[in-house]
Formats: sequence, structure tokens, C-alpha cells
Amino acid sequence: MKIIVTSVGNNLDAFMDPRFGRAPYFIVVDTKTMEFDAVENESVAATGGAGIQSAQWAADQGVGAVLTGNVGPNALNVLKAAGIKVYQANAATVKESVEQFNKGVLNEISAPGPSHFGQGFGRGRV
Amino acid sequence: MKIAVLSGKGGTGKTTVSAGLAAALGSCQYIDCDVEEPNGAIFLNPQIHKAIPVKVPVPSVDQDKCTGCGACGGACQFNAIAVVKGKVLLFPEICHHCGACMVVCPNGAISEQEREIGMVEMDKEGAFMQGRLNIGEPISIPIIQELKARVKDTGVVIFDCPPGASCSVVESIEGVDYCILVTEPTPFGLHDLKIAVQLVRRMGIPFGVVINKYTGEQTETHDYCKKENIEILIEIPFSEEFAKAYSKGSLIFEVDSKWKARFKRLVNELSLQVEGRGL
Repeated sequence: MKIIVTSVGNNLDAFMDPRFGRAPYFIVVDTKTMEFDAVENESVAATGGAGIQSAQWAADQGVGAVLTGNVGPNALNVLKAAGIKVYQANAATVKESVEQFNKGVLNEISAPGPSHFGQGFGRGRV
Repeated sequence: MKIAVLSGKGGTGKTTVSAGLAAALGSCQYIDCDVEEPNGAIFLNPQIHKAIPVKVPVPSVDQDKCTGCGACGGACQFNAIAVVKGKVLLFPEICHHCGACMVVCPNGAISEQEREIGMVEMDKEGAFMQGRLNIGEPISIPIIQELKARVKDTGVVIFDCPPGASCSVVESIEGVDYCILVTEPTPFGLHDLKIAVQLVRRMGIPFGVVINKYTGEQTETHDYCKKENIEILIEIPFSEEFAKAYSKGSLIFEVDSKWKARFKRLVNELSLQVEGRGL
């Protein structure tokens, strides 16, 4: 399956980024072959609706799942409408997160976390 | 003459000054542009006579005409539209009402519908006006625009601006004759004052500074104003009595009556500077 992992870097050994909408990189990984494509997230520069734009992009890639730390309400609505499942990544690196996904041990994120997560103002609390 | 009172840093004394000026003058128009948390009414005690809802146009999709082509989502610069699996998802709160989606839709599937985002309230003469943005709404500009549309063109108009220096402040101060920048003589206050100064300079509006909560010391703020050739209009002392009065909804000249004449004198001086004649 093709999935997306949110990351601070552009390869499988890079650390996970817990943000979805404004994660610096989306790593698109083939879970079977571990072939990957690191894409710079253009939504980082968006003044608003970054989560929506990122989710639209994810939907356009035809992926089956997203591994991340937090998804806001708008982004989650778009991902759900696209039929993409979102999982709570639990490991430090992209590679480890994919391995955990393959083992089937990750929890699905079915309810949104706070919007604007990671932008300060105390919104990091869950 | 239109005077805007802004600050940069919040809590420096915009309402203390703007409501104080308005009450000291007596006959003028006071407009509270801080539509997220208008507080001028606490000090000026107006009788609200009219309340007008503020509505903005947002898209509405006719599902029978929509083919799910995604042109609307592609056109939206504000990410207020997503199109997934041939279905249009709308996010009306972040819609900026530009109408681009309606223009690009090849099937005429998008039409306008109105959405209420807040209110404009005023007293009988329209001498006191305030805007109120509904809780949870992120965009205040249309309410400030409604207020600006009702500005009187004679006499003195005082705009009590939102804190900060972003879109809502820009909208509030656009077209005014003079900006009063209220600051407090602290490093934080100075940091944000510099940002506000950049803003009014870029917008080409003459301005001066009021130092509130002044402790009698020369501070970095004074040095900055001197270096930048910025006029310090008045210095309002840091006073526990003033703070207590504020907490009760009283203006500073209700504690110390000489501030009424001082405020009147300030507006008169600005009028001479800006209009070439006194009030």
C-alpha cells in the first residue's frame, strides 16, 4: 500500500514530524517495497487552511493511509471524505513508523486533535 | 478629522486613550473596531439603539450540476474548498468571499449564499458604534468594513483599533488622518511599538506616540522616539488610582479631572497639525 508519513526530513531515517498540515516533508512510502518519494510540503507557506490543502494533496496521491502525530478537524474531514485512514505514529523515524504500521500495532486517529497544533499559543495540549 | 488609536502590544491603553478622548470631546464619533473584544462601551455607557447583522457571501454547491471536476478547489487561494472523490467540501469560515470559485465553475454549480458573522451596534445618533464578531469566526474584516461605511464625514471621529498590527488594524486605520500609537515604556511595549511604527509609516499616515504607564524615568522607548524623530504627544502616569478606575469602568479624568482638558487640548493640537485649524 502507498502511505504518507509526515517528517522533518527527506528520507526514511529522518524523524517523524507530529504535525500534518504544516509538516515540512511528506514521505510517500510503498509499505511493501519501502521505496519512497520525499515531497516538500507546499502548505507550509499557506496563510490559512494548511491542513485542508495538505489533505487535498494526500487525497490526490491516492494513498491508503497517513501516519502522523496530530490532525486538525478540517484536515481530518477531508481525509475521511477521501477514504484515507489516519494512524497515530509512535516511533522516532519514518522507517520505524512504517514498520510499526506493517505490524498493525498503530492506533487509528478517528477524532481530530486541536487545530493549529504546533503553532504555539498552548495548542500543543491534547 | 479621523484619528485612529492603535498600539502594537495589547493592554497598553488604547481604550483608555480613545474612550478618554471621545468622552472629553463630548461631540464626536467613537468607533470600536476591536470587533473580537469591543470594550469601549464599558467606559462610554452608550444606549444601543440599533443592531445590524453583518453577512458575508460564501459558496453554495448545487449537487445536481456539480461534476466534481475540482476547478473550484484549484481556484481558491484560501484553501476553503477541497474536492475529493468527486465531492466538494466547503470550509466557509476561511472563505474570503472573493467569488473566484463561482467564476471558474464550468457548470454554473456554485452560487452565493449569505452567512452571518457578527453585528454592528450603534446608539441613536450613530455617535457610538461598535462591531462584534461571533465567537469562533476567524475573519473580522467585513465587520470593520461595515463600521467604516458608517463613518461621519464631519467632526472628529475616533477609531479604537484592535491590538497588533495585522489585517484588522490595517483595515481600521486605512484612510485616517492621524494615528496615535499608545505604548508602555517596557521592552515588550517597545518591541511591538516598532512594528506599529513600520505599519503607519508604510501606510503614509502621520502619527505620534502616547506613553502610558509612565514612571517618570527616561527609557529605551523615549530614546527610540528621539532617535526616530517621533513626537511624544503626552505621557500618562503609571497610577494605581487610574488602574483601579479602569477596573471599574471609569475614565482617568473621572479620577483626575485635569486630564479632560489635556485630552481636549491634544485633539485641538492634532487638528491644527492635520487640518490647519483648531476644533
